Amino acid sequence: MKTKNLIALEGNQAIALAMKQINPDVVAAYPITPQTEIVQVFSEYVANGEVHTEFVTVESEHSALSACIGASAAGARTMTATSSQGLALMWEMLYIASGARLPIVMTVVNRALSSPINIHCDHSDAMGARDSGWVQLWSETAQEAYDNLIQAIRIAESVNLPVMVNMDGFITSHAEEVIEPLDDEEVKHFVGEYRPLRSLLDIEHPFTVGPLALQDSYFEFKRSQAEAYKRVIPVLKRVADEFSKITGRKYDLFETYNLDDAEIGLVVLNSTAGTAKEVIDVLRGEGKKVGLLKPRLFRPLPVEELREALSKLKVIGVMDRADTFGGFGGPLFTDIRSILYDVPNRPIVTDYIYGLGGRDVTTEQIFKVFENLENIYNTGKVESLVSYVGVRE
Amino acid sequence: MKLPKWKEMPEGIVILEAGNAQEYETGSWRTFRPVVDKSKCINCLFCWIYCPDTSIIVKDEKMEGIDYAHCKGCGICSKVCPVKAISMVEEGSL
Amino acid sequence: MPVNIKELSRKEDRLTGGHRLCAGCGAPIAVRQILLAIDKPVVAANATGCLEVATTIYPYTAWKIPWIHSAFENAASTISGLEAAYQSLKRQGKITEDIAFIAFGGDGGTYDIGFQALSGAMERNHKILYICYDNEAYMNTGIQRSSATPLGAWTTTTPAGKVRPGKLGKKKDIVASVAEQGAVYVAQASISNFRDLIEKVRKAVSMDGATFINVLSPCPRGWRTDTSETVNIARLAVETCFWPLYEVEDGRWRINYIPRQKLPITEYLKPQGRFAHLFRPENAQLLEEIQKEVDAKWELLQKKAQLFQ
Repeated sequence: MKTKNLIALEGNQAIALAMKQINPDVVAAYPITPQTEIVQVFSEYVANGEVHTEFVTVESEHSALSACIGASAAGARTMTATSSQGLALMWEMLYIASGARLPIVMTVVNRALSSPINIHCDHSDAMGARDSGWVQLWSETAQEAYDNLIQAIRIAESVNLPVMVNMDGFITSHAEEVIEPLDDEEVKHFVGEYRPLRSLLDIEHPFTVGPLALQDSYFEFKRSQAEAYKRVIPVLKRVADEFSKITGRKYDLFETYNLDDAEIGLVVLNSTAGTAKEVIDVLRGEGKKVGLLKPRLFRPLPVEELREALSKLKVIGVMDRADTFGGFGGPLFTDIRSILYDVPNRPIVTDYIYGLGGRDVTTEQIFKVFENLENIYNTGKVESLVSYVGVRE
Repeated sequence: MKLPKWKEMPEGIVILEAGNAQEYETGSWRTFRPVVDKSKCINCLFCWIYCPDTSIIVKDEKMEGIDYAHCKGCGICSKVCPVKAISMVEEGSL
Repeated sequence: MPVNIKELSRKEDRLTGGHRLCAGCGAPIAVRQILLAIDKPVVAANATGCLEVATTIYPYTAWKIPWIHSAFENAASTISGLEAAYQSLKRQGKITEDIAFIAFGGDGGTYDIGFQALSGAMERNHKILYICYDNEAYMNTGIQRSSATPLGAWTTTTPAGKVRPGKLGKKKDIVASVAEQGAVYVAQASISNFRDLIEKVRKAVSMDGATFINVLSPCPRGWRTDTSETVNIARLAVETCFWPLYEVEDGRWRINYIPRQKLPITEYLKPQGRFAHLFRPENAQLLEEIQKEVDAKWELLQKKAQLFQ
């Protein structure tokens, strides 16, 4: 057994390292807080000839994704990274990338959307893109973000869909963490040589990308695209299995923590799951049957698997780090609640919107959420299906 | 062309047969038809270089006629012809 | 090497008939001449617009070359990505062919919504040729004014009314903008002068950097002209010096064509319905203003060219 190669890296540095090891043909990216360090560190790799990547230092995020679309259609392994307003500016191109079935891989360092302008973490950026056809992976730690990014390449290229890897802005992107990266050779071998479905540089076989499809064909294109997402789950599982053989680190559609015999469950994405685990440890010590489910794959939504994992719970609290302004609770809540609609004796599902704009998420807040869930469990009464946690009342 | 069912669609928004618009005939758009008087033609090929519809047939550097399947009858060829070898004749009057 | 039309005619057209552009449209004339000019393989990106829409109505495409459309404002960024992929794969020895990368955009997609992407691509100096086929308004959506619409022109968003005589304000000088930005080769050409256009395209694709050509492509529908007059109108634009043919190579300005007798601007405006209101007595002053502007710009261009003689 080889000795562990442990290094201290910030989340952004871990992402840049993964990108170096993946060594994509093209990266087109634009700096934005809190993603900036990714492009800075990657620029150093480019400047020192450590990658063969053509790095396109574009003039906007719209152009970043547009250049990625051009590069990917040309048969190049293509990556980018952004945050918040940058992702919002890409919005138009997100749908075009997925419709065109281009396996672009993008890190999204999650940050609140304006207004008001704010640079800190919440999930409104990625949640705004949840219907854009990008596969979404979420990461609790820098290690998970690093591992997800490497696996994302394989997933994207197996299903010809773009993949977005999310990690929390500042909390994960700027916090130093001990991580265990793979060797360069291991990553090179794991991601393998990219063999694109087709390439616009194949001048012997010219074809047209992006024609106008009207009432007679647009629907068929979109129906065909919808089917592609069914392939993501088995591919993700296969890639995760292979990854665990090299690293010993196990990944799945989601992670559960003390969920098997739990009666009260919490569903939460990214770094807050780490805080929630601490709380669960304490509550378990008090004999309370509480557990956690942390989605890793949010798009496509693993409906059957989530239903199976959550249906035996009595009460579920969903914590959403994004709101849907005028909708019915946060985006994670509406999905989880909808998934459980057909379950006999379906659990009560409530939503807690928290941490917007980087508001600190404390263990006290999560204890309170569990207290509220326990009340519902005991009384069967729900005072408010959707509530806000950690805001000055 | 028979349009594919959704299961028959290729991955991606693509048309794989480059240049298949050739199969789509725009000749029916025409109100006026360009008619060439070959006795006047000097094969300067101006009609060919200015045709928006790739509808002037040229073989071995000579103007051979008009692709009526695609010609929309814009009349540019008749206007750029230096020897007035192309006249525009109303469709149906021939 | 002078352009030999007979030799050109032996080449295969890379834009087929059967596209759905209007009869007499200037854009496909520009595209055909441009593609005929280039001997090597071409990969193209196209901004949303008439040319894009009408040449690729599923399941038909008029393009015989590898071609991509993704959105409106990003032909320059898309072609940047294609060219970047090419540079990367070439460096890795995965591709050996010599390929020309061309972006096509209308004036809306170039002067207006795509101006930022164009500027970025030019500054990064990708080895690309960006072609603007300028028909001086948003024709695809029904003749709305763009920043390429000339002073006084009627469009559906600058109608000639009781208090406003068509478009207020001058056309944006995009060629100067891109030239002053430092692009290695920038030129203005017209479909009417095909030899000039073809020579410019050949020069552009031989350059080691980002190049831009603005090509006048009349639109009979939007200019309110007869479909047969497309080439003649473009020629009048050149002969009146409304649309001078010139190039800027490494910052050196050169005029490529001086009309034997510079025609008055009214010769160009009169046959076009979009300028009909300018010939009403109350607009006489505006007509004069237009002539003055053409004269001043032509004079300035000549002065710039003289600097580099």
